[in-house]
Amino acid sequence: MPSVKFIEHDGTEHVVDGNIGDSLMIVATSNLVPGIDADCGGECSCATCHVIVDDAWMDRAGSASDSEESMLDLNPDRGSNSRLSCQIPLTEELDGIVVQLPEFQY
Amino acid sequence: MTAMVIIGAGQAAGQTAASLRQGGYKDEIVILGDEAHPPYQRPPLSKQYLSGEHGLERVYLRPEKFYADQSIDLRTGVTVSSINRTQKTVMLDDSQIIHYDKLLIATGSRPRKLNIEGSDLKGIHYLRTIADVDGIREAMKSAKSVCIVGGGYIGLEVASVAVVAGLEVNVLEMEDRILQRVTTSRMSEFYHSLHSNRGVKIHVNTACSGFSGVDGKVAEVICGASAINADLVIVGIGIIPNVELARDAGIDCGNGILVNDHCQTSDPDIYAAGDCTNHPNPILNRRLRLESVPNAMDQARTAAANMLGGDKIYAAVPWFWSDQYELKLQMVGFSMDGETEVLRGDKDTNQFAVFYLHEGAVVAVDAVNSPREFMVAKQLYGKQVNAADLSNPEFELKSLVGK
Ligand SMILES: Cc1cc2nc3c(=O)[nH]c(=O)nc-3n(C[C@H](O)[C@H](O)[C@H](O)COP(=O)(O)OP(=O)(O)OC[C@H]3O[C@@H](n4cnc5c(N)ncnc54)[C@H](O)[C@@H]3O)c2cc1C
Ligand code: FES
Repeated sequence: MPSVKFIEHDGTEHVVDGNIGDSLMIVATSNLVPGIDADCGGECSCATCHVIVDDAWMDRAGSASDSEESMLDLNPDRGSNSRLSCQIPLTEELDGIVVQLPEFQY
Repeated sequence: MTAMVIIGAGQAAGQTAASLRQGGYKDEIVILGDEAHPPYQRPPLSKQYLSGEHGLERVYLRPEKFYADQSIDLRTGVTVSSINRTQKTVMLDDSQIIHYDKLLIATGSRPRKLNIEGSDLKGIHYLRTIADVDGIREAMKSAKSVCIVGGGYIGLEVASVAVVAGLEVNVLEMEDRILQRVTTSRMSEFYHSLHSNRGVKIHVNTACSGFSGVDGKVAEVICGASAINADLVIVGIGIIPNVELARDAGIDCGNGILVNDHCQTSDPDIYAAGDCTNHPNPILNRRLRLESVPNAMDQARTAAANMLGGDKIYAAVPWFWSDQYELKLQMVGFSMDGETEVLRGDKDTNQFAVFYLHEGAVVAVDAVNSPREFMVAKQLYGKQVNAADLSNPEFELKSLVGK
C-alpha cells in the first residue's frame, strides 16, 4: 500500500497508508487526519479538501482539471501547488507523497 | 469509562463519531442505526449512484473497516424506540437498554408520503435510502415511462438521469413553476427549459390526485380530469424531520428538534445534529431547519466538540449543490433574502451566476457551472458590493476576496 504524509498547518505529521485508486481525501478522512472537511464527499463541489502538494511531487500528482482549477482560484490560501485532494487518486507512483494542509478550509 | 451514544447512522452520525475521535476522546462510542449500511452520503443517490456511475464504496462516508479500526461500536439494523432521560439510557426495539453519558440525536428526516387513491400500488417509489435507489434502479431496467411527482432538486436530478437513460419522463409540479419553494422564477425558468430541451415533459399547476393500476402495479398517474401513462413513479414532495423520539422524551421540539448554537437540546446532556434539528443561525439572524450535507457535517463537528466539553458555536452561511446533466449548480444563502438580482455571465451558454443583494450586500448566489462565483459568494456574504462590477464579465472577482 502506498503511503501519504499529511503535514498539518502547525507542523504535526501524519503518515498513513491508502488503497490504490482512493483519492488523497479518502485516505485522509479514513485515517482521521484533521483539517480536511470534504463536505461534498469528493465531487469537486465544495473546495474543503484543499491541500498544498510538496514541490517534489507536483509533476507526479498530475494537473488540476478546469473545474478543480476554478474551485481553487478564489481560495484565499491558494498557492502555486494547491490542489483539491479529492481529485488526486493514489497510485503506486505516488507512494510517499507529501502534502501540507492549509490553516483553514473555506 | 464514559459512553457517547449516537442515534441514527447517517451523515451527521458518522461525522460526529469521527470528530469525537479526532478530538482525542478514547472511551466508548456507540452508533445505533436502523439501516443496513454504515454511514453514507445521500447526494449521490439521486445522481451518480442512481446512474450507476458510482458503486457503494464511493457512497459510504468512510470505509466499513474504519469503525472497527477506530473502536467505534457501529450497530446497523437496530432501531431506537425510546430515550429515558432520568436513567440516561436508550432502549432498542428488542428491549435492549444502553447507557449514555452524552447522547446525540441524528435521526435525519423521512420522505413525506402521498396518501391518495392507489398510492400503495407497486411501482410507486420514494427516494431517501440506498435500499430505495436499489429498488428504483431495478425498476428502471424494464420501465418505459417514468413519472416524477414533485419538481424539487431531487426530482429534477432523477429526471435528468432517467431521460439520459432513454426513458420517457414526465414531471408533475403542483405550483406554477418547478423549484418554486427554493429559488427565484428566473432560475425556475432556466431549469424548466433545460429539461424541456433534453426531452423531459414538465407539467406545472398539476397536482397528482391518484394512481390507477393493472394487476396491482401502477399504470397511470391521475391529475384531476387527465391521466399520464407511467410504469414507474418516483415521489419527491419533501421531507419530515424525525423528531418523535426526542418529543416523546420531553425534549423541546418545534419545526425540528430545537437546539441552541452549541447543537445542544433542552436537555444539556443531549445534542442533536442534521436534518432533524432546528437551530439558530447568528449570521442570518433567524432559526433554520436545513436539509443539506454541509449543515449535517458542520453541526456534527460542533456537537462533537461540545460533547467533549468544548465551547464551539455553529455559525455558517448555508450552501447546497445540485447536479443535473452536465450542469453543476452551487448555491449560497437564500435567494429570497435579496431584493436585487445581478446576472453575471450568459444563460444561453449554461454558465452564469445570479447574485442576490439586500441593501447592496451579497446575501445569496445561484452559480451554474461557475465555481468562481460560488467561492466568491461564500466569502463575500453580507459584504457591500458594486452591482455593476459583479455583472461586468471583465471585472476580476479576485479583487473582491483575499487576505
Ligand atoms: C436523494 C437525495 C439527494 C440529496 N442531495 C443533496 C445534495 O446534493 N446536497 C446536499 O447538501 N444535500 C443533499 N441531500 C440532503 C442530505 O443528504 C441530508 O441533508 C443529509 O443526509 C442529512 O444527514 P443526517 O445525518 O441529518 O440524516 P440522514 O443522513 O438521513 O441519517 C439519519 C439516519 O438515522 C436513521 N434513524 C432515524 N430514526 C432512527 C431510530 N429511531 N433508530 C435508529 N436509526 C434511526 C435513519 O434511518 C437514517 O439512516 C440529499 C438527500 C437525498 C435524499
Ligand atoms: S471533497 Fe468537496 S471538493 Fe473535494
